[in-house]
Amino acid sequence: MKLSEDEVRYVADLANLTLTDAEVRKMATDLGAVLTYIDKLNELDTTGVEPMAQVLYEAGETETLREDRERPGLGSEVALANAPLAGGGFFKVPKVIER
Amino acid sequence: MSSHVLPDTEVLARYEAVIGLEVHVQLATRSKIYCACPTSFGDPPNTNVCPVCLGLPGALPVLNRAAVEMAMKAAMALNCRIRPVSRLARKNYFYPDLPKGYQISQYDEPLAEHGYIEVTSGGSRRRIGITRIHLEDDAGKSLHEGFSDSSRYTYVDLNRSGTPLIEIVSEPDIRTSEEAYEYLTALKQVLQYIGVSTCDMEKGHLRCDANVSVRPRGETKFGTKAEVKNLNSFRFLKQALDYEISRQVSLIESGEEVIQETRLYDPDTGETVGMRSKEHAHDYRYFPEPDLLPLTISDEWRERVRAEMPELPAQKRARFIETYGLREYDAQVLTATRELSEYFERVAEVSGDARAAANWVMGDLAAALNAEGKEISESPVSAEQLGELVALISKGEISGKMAKDIFQKMLATGESARAIVEREGLRQISDTGELEALINQVLEQHPRQVEQYRSGKTQVLGYLVGQVMKASRGQANPAAVNKLLRAKLG
Repeated sequence: MKLSEDEVRYVADLANLTLTDAEVRKMATDLGAVLTYIDKLNELDTTGVEPMAQVLYEAGETETLREDRERPGLGSEVALANAPLAGGGFFKVPKVIER
Repeated sequence: MSSHVLPDTEVLARYEAVIGLEVHVQLATRSKIYCACPTSFGDPPNTNVCPVCLGLPGALPVLNRAAVEMAMKAAMALNCRIRPVSRLARKNYFYPDLPKGYQISQYDEPLAEHGYIEVTSGGSRRRIGITRIHLEDDAGKSLHEGFSDSSRYTYVDLNRSGTPLIEIVSEPDIRTSEEAYEYLTALKQVLQYIGVSTCDMEKGHLRCDANVSVRPRGETKFGTKAEVKNLNSFRFLKQALDYEISRQVSLIESGEEVIQETRLYDPDTGETVGMRSKEHAHDYRYFPEPDLLPLTISDEWRERVRAEMPELPAQKRARFIETYGLREYDAQVLTATRELSEYFERVAEVSGDARAAANWVMGDLAAALNAEGKEISESPVSAEQLGELVALISKGEISGKMAKDIFQKMLATGESARAIVEREGLRQISDTGELEALINQVLEQHPRQVEQYRSGKTQVLGYLVGQVMKASRGQANPAAVNKLLRAKLG
């Protein structure tokens, strides 16, 4: 399946990625190849087959819901341990521009 | 930002607004929706967090059963059809208070659909359709102001991240800002009744966005809509809608076009302001959440939850009219909140006189609570105590006037009516013998009035009754005095 360079730019933008023109060309080719490969699945006739979004399924042995019991959180020291920037118990990020 | 010249009422009257509301409601669970962190409010920032709600790589969500059941209750209360199988889906967007990079919401297979709620507006009852109700997690909180370096940094608290929400989407059935107000009021009342949310707007437990368009009256096609955000109080909701309706009408009247956009309501100016947004910011690339199973709700589970449903406001209203003989208006007032309705029923039960109970709860008690700025749950007089007071009146042991004084003392001291009556010797005198003694005394002291009465000036009776009441220091039963006096004077 062919992917246009505009489509690559659009997807990159949604993913907050800045790509050079060279990267856009390379991605168009690479992603296109991935999609072509995935397209092989379309060769299979799945008429009447229920789409399956996950490999898990509900069964007696699969506990899928939890009871409403709280457990203490990690606390802010641990929570912020890997934050590039923190202050006053908060994560700090560069001023947000509404998008 | 230039203010629009807003059209006058005559111009506005030629148009009709079409409004749909999207309401986010925080569910009253103890733990978050996909992890076990507490949902408590007001804790130090970033304390109630774990790998799941911090969005750390590899952390896996597990759905909270109570959140699902509360959403089911909301769906039942709003007459929705609950899907036997619904699906969680990822909604992808970037924002610092969304650490996962996606919200786990529901998309094309929401928990419940096709409901409605009855709303009274301008004296008539209307049905507002509910398109859907779905489950999702809340984001954290961004603080853009209040710190010394707020000009450069945004502060993020993730305690709220992962708090369970339901989003309730209405059909575009609302036509006026008043109706939107009534819709939100009715929604809040029902959700509080069934105990799935406190709906505390100040704490952000109830948040509202509106889709608004206008069209000339008689037109059946919809106009272009704008989405108005930040309608987080009942007052703002009305103000923002009125402003937005006027703005759109004035655009159309001056030959311009309404553009489809997201607008933010600014409570300081009372205006809505267009938000700069990227064209494709709304491409959320939804896809089924691979880490959670489809949500399967069996008939058996659904019926078990239905059995836990309390009586809803509309049912209760009807029952109060039917069983207690209350007027429609009184029933409406007394069912405003579940707490008030339960208080009233207890008073009615203890006193055995529902009408009198209604009058006391809506009258003296409401006035006293109002004056103190108190809720019914904080009433210094319990329902049992008020019931006892009302019973004393019904049994004729005290007069209505005496009861008002006693009630004031109950409010001040928290004492029971009976205790006050006994201590102060405040019983009503209904005993014929005692009353006759008082009457004889008064008749002896007022021979002239007796003469007048007997010669046909029967209006002096009121004066004589008053004298007997005075002689009894207000404790005589006025009806009994009246009857006995008439008999005596022949």
